[in-house]
Amino acid sequence: MTQPRTGAQMIVQALKDQGVDVVFGYPGGAVLPIYDEIFLQNEIRHILVRHEQAAVHAAEGYARSTGKVGVALVTSGPGATNAVTGLTDALMDSIPIVVLSGQVPTFMIGNDAFQEADTVGITRPCTKHNWLVKDTASLSSTIHEAFHVARSGRPGPVLVDIPKDVQFASGSYTPKQKARTSHYQPKLKGDTAMIEQLADAIATAKRPIFYTGGGVINSGPAASQLLRELVEQTGFPITSTLMGLGAYPASGKNWLGMLGMHGLYEANLAMHGCDLMINVGARFDDRITGRVQDFSPKSKKAHIDIDPSSINKVIHVDMPIIGDVAHVLEDLLRIWKSKGRKTNAEAVAKWWDQINEWKKVDCLQYSNSETTIKPQYALERLEALTKGRDRYITTEVGQHQMWAAQYLGFDEPHRWMTSGGLGTMGYGQPAAMGVQIAHKDSLVINIAGEASWLMNMQEMGTMVQYHLPVKQFILNNERLGMVRQWQELLHGERYSQSWSEALPDFVKLAEAFGAKGIQCSDPKDLDDAIMEMLDYDGPVIFDCLVEKHENCLPMIPSGEPHNKMLLPNSSTKDAIAAPGAVLV
Amino acid sequence: MSPLKIKKGSSRHSAYDLRDPNADVIERHTLAVIVDNEAGVLARVIGLFSGRGYNIESLTVAEIDHLGHTSRITIVTTGTPAVIEQIKAQLGRIVPVHEVHDLTVEGACVERELALFKVAGEGDKRVEALRLADVFRANVVDSTLTSFTFEITGSPEKIDAFAELMRPLGLAEMARTGVAALARG
Ligand SMILES: Cc1cc2nc3c(=O)[nH]c(=O)nc-3n(C[C@H](O)[C@H](O)[C@H](O)COP(=O)(O)OP(=O)(O)OC[C@H]3O[C@@H](n4cnc5c(N)ncnc54)[C@H](O)[C@@H]3O)c2cc1C
Ligand SMILES: Cc1ncc(C[n+]2csc(CCOP(=O)(O)OP(=O)(O)O)c2C)c(N)n1
Repeated sequence: MTQPRTGAQMIVQALKDQGVDVVFGYPGGAVLPIYDEIFLQNEIRHILVRHEQAAVHAAEGYARSTGKVGVALVTSGPGATNAVTGLTDALMDSIPIVVLSGQVPTFMIGNDAFQEADTVGITRPCTKHNWLVKDTASLSSTIHEAFHVARSGRPGPVLVDIPKDVQFASGSYTPKQKARTSHYQPKLKGDTAMIEQLADAIATAKRPIFYTGGGVINSGPAASQLLRELVEQTGFPITSTLMGLGAYPASGKNWLGMLGMHGLYEANLAMHGCDLMINVGARFDDRITGRVQDFSPKSKKAHIDIDPSSINKVIHVDMPIIGDVAHVLEDLLRIWKSKGRKTNAEAVAKWWDQINEWKKVDCLQYSNSETTIKPQYALERLEALTKGRDRYITTEVGQHQMWAAQYLGFDEPHRWMTSGGLGTMGYGQPAAMGVQIAHKDSLVINIAGEASWLMNMQEMGTMVQYHLPVKQFILNNERLGMVRQWQELLHGERYSQSWSEALPDFVKLAEAFGAKGIQCSDPKDLDDAIMEMLDYDGPVIFDCLVEKHENCLPMIPSGEPHNKMLLPNSSTKDAIAAPGAVLV
Repeated sequence: MSPLKIKKGSSRHSAYDLRDPNADVIERHTLAVIVDNEAGVLARVIGLFSGRGYNIESLTVAEIDHLGHTSRITIVTTGTPAVIEQIKAQLGRIVPVHEVHDLTVEGACVERELALFKVAGEGDKRVEALRLADVFRANVVDSTLTSFTFEITGSPEKIDAFAELMRPLGLAEMARTGVAALARG
């Protein structure tokens, strides 16, 4: 039997056993024993953020860019409530993170003690699971279980709430290997009969499409590899959601670009007109389906998803396959090859002809300007000047996020971190911090709008403290651009509260934090300015002053089906009809 | 379409192929959910129903295996077939949930509920209440000179019927447990 340890020692030991090398956190009274243990060791690095929301987003960025579980540590009460937005964000986007929170001692719970909050109650709906640990004996096994739940099946955030007396008390440590095996063991292998049926459908399809999503990224690098092979084998066109970008390379010949509300014309029309839709790890989100009744009316639909509740939630499918993407694709490829199957090449070639017609519409065209930087142009230049580099991109939320998805290309998974499901302004900067911690020598850029960026700007302090050379690429339109666009489309151009007024001087702000600031407003200077940003060894705020009233197009107005897209040269005034107006 | 090969009785049990998912008729289903008997598990189940806007007609819970620390929650809910499928899948996602059984589609089942009725009255009404209680096989568990307390077990419909009869006879108070249900055989 090992010698007894305190709860706080067990926590640090359990994190080490789980392979954790970095924790993002912020101290307070209820976690002091844990901070003391962190002080006494060197294996786990602690990154002191400036706000607990940022700790959680940083853990998300770390997790999404590595495939590992991210960890955040917060104190009781306000520390825990500040973590709620990050937890909800991770739940919506299926990001595996473990948040450890301090709690008032067990004997004071329920007394409205100082900095007491019902943390498990508050976070129950925004975690995959959470625990309040009431005795030290179960502490280490609970932490091991927490990691297991966060990473298994459909990944997600979990929280372990640990009262201070439990951190002080002693007990015996349960190592990872000895922790009791959980009954929570989601099924990974898909149903073979159904996979065979899908192989048959692939052989006969005339107008097929792969619609892939975040589940491919969640499943790991093998899934992306298998997906590429399957696309190669079949020659079918492929599109992806915002969350799945990079699983299939943007430079790949079958790539149609992103689909959905701000997706590409050819991708959306192919989804609308297909006869076989193969959904791989995507969840028929409302940004994708538009009006559900008119969604891809003529297709047979297959859906590969590890979460049974994703199946038939929004769209009824003909071939549900519950399992992990990599496992199912491996079986599918094996069945496909063993039968020496061929696709209906003639029909598929005709389908490609049709798709190539749609491509000619060139839906991402925009009218460039000699005098003003267009946001699309800024991203095109950033893409050109960073191509081939070891690059990771995060974003904030708004027009800039959608332009980034449209104009940047991702050739590998885990390179693109964005808040999709919750759409959390303030996500990108701390997420970039987490990415840079995990990939010390890589180029990490946060594509931001000025309004989103201000929501977690305090983290510049963290970046400077830890020498994190993240580049903040702010497309500054002095507007809450996405809101302004909707007001133009929906509310007669009455721009209620959608102006970013009294903005700081971003260059001075950067300097005040001890970082470098660059401002650019002339398209002719842009390349040099971007190069200056890239060449600087340290954090940079790049204030890119762009066209103020540019609209992000193409766009499927809310409440409309896929084949009713607004293209760059169409009129946007009152483009959203009354029934669509209630939708978000 | 070939049926999903999912172990019957597992939380992944599904009836996709049995009913029309697009039907918009409202069905009433009795679900049995086996859960770890741990703090907060009931809050998770109830939070799921309120958070996603599902209906609960009745809900009962008690530990059924003391050594294994498991409880059985019986939920009667209503919804379209698609909503009922979602409810089952969502319940299956809750980490401490071991199994979800849809007793309504898994075959015949027995459903029982227990209720206590306090009926206050004198004279003929008192006699009539006692006579009807006998017909319904309700037991008298407490009596005073001015009231009876009856205990009755049966299907929810039977208890509804008994309540209707007691109302004009001086029904003063009533307590119901909600449905407990088991598959037959
Ligand atoms: C302003 C704004 C605009 C947006 N516009 C668009 C748009 O135009 N187009 C667009 O695509 N999105 C858009 N989004 C994002 C959108 O809201 C959703 O977040 C996104 O579409 C969901 O992506 P997904 O379907 O890939 O699902 P995810 O949220 O990534 O979910 C993954 C799915 O895969 C499953 N899964 C997880 N792991 C595995 C595994 N190992 N094996 C199998 N399955 C697994 C999960 O159960 C889940 O069903 C926008 C967001 C914002 C903020
Ligand atoms: C925390 C939060 N609050 C409000 C919103 C609603 N919202 C979505 S986009 C947006 C405007 C974003 O402005 P900016 O960051 O400048 O980006 P732009 O759209 O101009 O590129 C707002 C307010 C949100 N997504 N998140």
